[in-house]
Amino acid sequence: MTNTATEALPISVQNITKTYGAVHALDDVSLEVKSGEFLTLLGPSGSGKTTLLMVLAGFTRPDCGSLKFGDREVIRTPPHLREVGMTFQSYALFPHMTVAGNVGYPLRLRKRPKAEIAERVERALETVQLGGYGNRRVDQLSGGQKQRVAVARAIVFEPRILLMDEPLSALDKKLRDQMQIELRHLHEKLGMTTVYVTHDQREALTMSDRIAVVNHGRIMQLSTPRDLYEHPANRFVADFIGDSTFLTVNRLGADVTFGGVPLIHAGPLPDTPELQLMIRPERIVLSSGGPREGANNFAATATDVVYQGDSFLLHARLDTGEMVALRGAVRGSNATSLPQLGDRVTLTLAPEDTVLIDGSQT
Amino acid sequence: MSMQTAPLNAAGLRRDERLERLTLFGLSSPAILLILVVLVIPVGWLFYVSFIGANGQFSLENYERMISRRSYLRIFITTFQVSLLTTGLCILIGYPFAYFMSQLPSRFANLCLITVLLPFWTSLLVRTYAWLVLLQKQGLINNWAISLGLWDEPLKIVHNMTGTLIGMVHIMLPFLILPVYGAMKAIDRDYLKAAANLGASPRVAFWTVFFPLTAPGLFAGALMVFILCLGFFVTPAVLGGGKVIMVSMQIVSNIELFVNWGAASALGVVLLILTVAILWVASRFLNLDRMTGGGH
Amino acid sequence: MRHWLNSPATDTQVTHGQRLWLYVFAVIVMILLVTPTLIVIPMSFSDSQYLEFPPEVWSTRWYDNFFGSSEWMQAARTSFQTAFLTMIVATPIGVLAAYGLHSSRFAFVRLAFVLMITPMMVPLVLVAIGAFYAYVKLNLLYTITGLVLAHTVLALPLVVIVTGSALKGYDMSQEQAARSLGAPRWKAFLTVTLPQIRFAVVTSALLAFLTSFDEVVVAMFISGGDNPTLTRNMFNALRDQIDPTIAAISTIMILVTTVMMVLVQVFGQDKKH
Repeated sequence: MTNTATEALPISVQNITKTYGAVHALDDVSLEVKSGEFLTLLGPSGSGKTTLLMVLAGFTRPDCGSLKFGDREVIRTPPHLREVGMTFQSYALFPHMTVAGNVGYPLRLRKRPKAEIAERVERALETVQLGGYGNRRVDQLSGGQKQRVAVARAIVFEPRILLMDEPLSALDKKLRDQMQIELRHLHEKLGMTTVYVTHDQREALTMSDRIAVVNHGRIMQLSTPRDLYEHPANRFVADFIGDSTFLTVNRLGADVTFGGVPLIHAGPLPDTPELQLMIRPERIVLSSGGPREGANNFAATATDVVYQGDSFLLHARLDTGEMVALRGAVRGSNATSLPQLGDRVTLTLAPEDTVLIDGSQT
Repeated sequence: MSMQTAPLNAAGLRRDERLERLTLFGLSSPAILLILVVLVIPVGWLFYVSFIGANGQFSLENYERMISRRSYLRIFITTFQVSLLTTGLCILIGYPFAYFMSQLPSRFANLCLITVLLPFWTSLLVRTYAWLVLLQKQGLINNWAISLGLWDEPLKIVHNMTGTLIGMVHIMLPFLILPVYGAMKAIDRDYLKAAANLGASPRVAFWTVFFPLTAPGLFAGALMVFILCLGFFVTPAVLGGGKVIMVSMQIVSNIELFVNWGAASALGVVLLILTVAILWVASRFLNLDRMTGGGH
Repeated sequence: MRHWLNSPATDTQVTHGQRLWLYVFAVIVMILLVTPTLIVIPMSFSDSQYLEFPPEVWSTRWYDNFFGSSEWMQAARTSFQTAFLTMIVATPIGVLAAYGLHSSRFAFVRLAFVLMITPMMVPLVLVAIGAFYAYVKLNLLYTITGLVLAHTVLALPLVVIVTGSALKGYDMSQEQAARSLGAPRWKAFLTVTLPQIRFAVVTSALLAFLTSFDEVVVAMFISGGDNPTLTRNMFNALRDQIDPTIAAISTIMILVTTVMMVLVQVFGQDKKH
């Protein structure tokens, strides 16, 4: 496999709409995927992410819109002529063929000579660390191995675009974590433009160059993982990525107040009528020595303390009434001094962790 | 977001969609065409013919004959008699047998299934012929019964209603056993355990829990048997000996002997309407899609 | 034995002994189901005119009668030819129809499906006389073509139902995968889907063959002249007198059915390398 970074194609999605009766599966979606990029479509079930992937693959015909791979308009091209590699949630391996039979299938369709097929199949299998598995039957493989064969089959004919539909959702956690890293390495090695669909935000954050958060057939935000995490554009994105507490704050001119006390924040305020304070549980800190200068402090009472081995989870009720969740690392220094039920605590939020977002729900 | 320009490619995409739909649907067109030409159109024509009288003009005489002539009424009564009796006997014999099969471990159950499927796959004519031979005056049944001392004179158990019923039940049994067995196998055994746990005796548990759960399968099987019996020809024709005349046989003799197309088609139309009506009523109570495995 | 009789047969603690009547009943039913089918076989080897069992004198005279009669041979040829042709016509048409209906997003799919099972719903006599009249007009009476067309129509619902139900249980994403790899729809169907619904297709073919081979009523009207079917001649013979040759023919028909079922098992199962 050569590094095809220069050959990878960009994808241009313009104004794609797909309706089923009154339901907008995709609502005027536009998106640019850079050449060689790993882009994830992230969203809950029914958000439209799989529909969009199927439009890219050619299995779902939109009502209108344009789709370009590089310079080529492909919106009306049938699936078998689109030259994209695709993996399916159920792997969709052909049980009546061996592993080599499966992986060699696209090459046989393209009428390559036998010797070439055998060589390319073996190379593809080696790329996914299944060298020599050619003669195995599909039902003899484990879930993780099936996943890799599916990938090998999708890349063996060297497509310039790779589409993956929740490939890891059927695997157990340990295997999933391992495969995430492997797929990422594979992408770096082969360099093809990859569009990846998942509902697991952690997976998206781990693997992607950019993430498009999708809901109700629309793209909520398209950014790098860091950007999405630190500066979510709206409540939905903020809620979907990570677990946060949201507190309603009041705007007072150019400032915001919470519980009558002004908040110290870094960066400009979003230009929306409703504002909310997003508190990431790992960013808010249990202050051991009372309120801290130059930061936002909240007085609260501990209602629940859960020891989780490597971390602890603290639920506290603010004096203003709301519940806040806080996660901290368990270290030798605090292991025996965690708060008890009913203890008074001070929670501190640094200005750079004080994130204010558009409070409207979309 | 509002559209600033006309929807991109909408017309072309619509055309592609329509073409694909037509192509896929078109795959079933040879089948549909064949059925239209060989079945629907001729039967439609028969429908038309049934309203033509002896003088070649439109008339209802073919239908009036069915109500006025006693022989015709008797034919309908006989047909219903045979169908109801056969269905009833199939239920009495088939339900317990299906229950027996459902209680067996799967290897033996499959063996029993073969004894049910074997006659099912054998030619109808062969089975009817076999019964003819078994039931005749010097047939096996009579010979053995006499030699065992069960009765003295050979009984007339063929060329009459008895023989017809025996043959029909034998042919229809698999049609009842298979759906009932299917329904029984699908019952979760935990239901019966729960019933026993709640205090039901085996008999009560059976009638209040098991039986109602098998009712849809039983209904489906009985329905199929009844409808098949209504239109049945071969077995009553051979085993009835001319004494058991069903509607189907009358239709055949109307054509073969009397060449009376009007009478024959009228009878056929009535038979068809009866069948459709019964199916329609039954579909109100039953999910026919599951039975035939069709639809989306 | 007593221990078994007292042991429970069900979760509700009914014992085998209490159920003995059921077991006896079931055995009787099984005997009654199977015997008539099988009894014809030994009886066909009986030398006597009266089909006795067990045969006093064994002979194959009825088989000689059958194979020696040009009439019966003509009928046998017609039956086999028709059944075979019905099988190779009805199976592809039915499988395509089942696939088309399964993948179709057309509004009339429901209607088309109902239309396709009408041959099962309409009384056979009606189909027979309808075909009879149509064939007189179309000059197809007493022809193999006419027979094959009529039998195909009778077999189609079975093919569509059996294949359709196999398609329902099949994972269509495999076909999608094949298409994404470069196969147009028809090729994906032939190389990926068809091999996996193979058992259903082969079973449908068998059903089509047997539907035609065993068919009596329609054949009664539209076969004859140069092309009478076996079943038609058998039926007429039955109405006249009991010719023991029919026992021999019946045995041959049972043999044919059995052979076909074995072939289904051979061709229908997935090959294991």
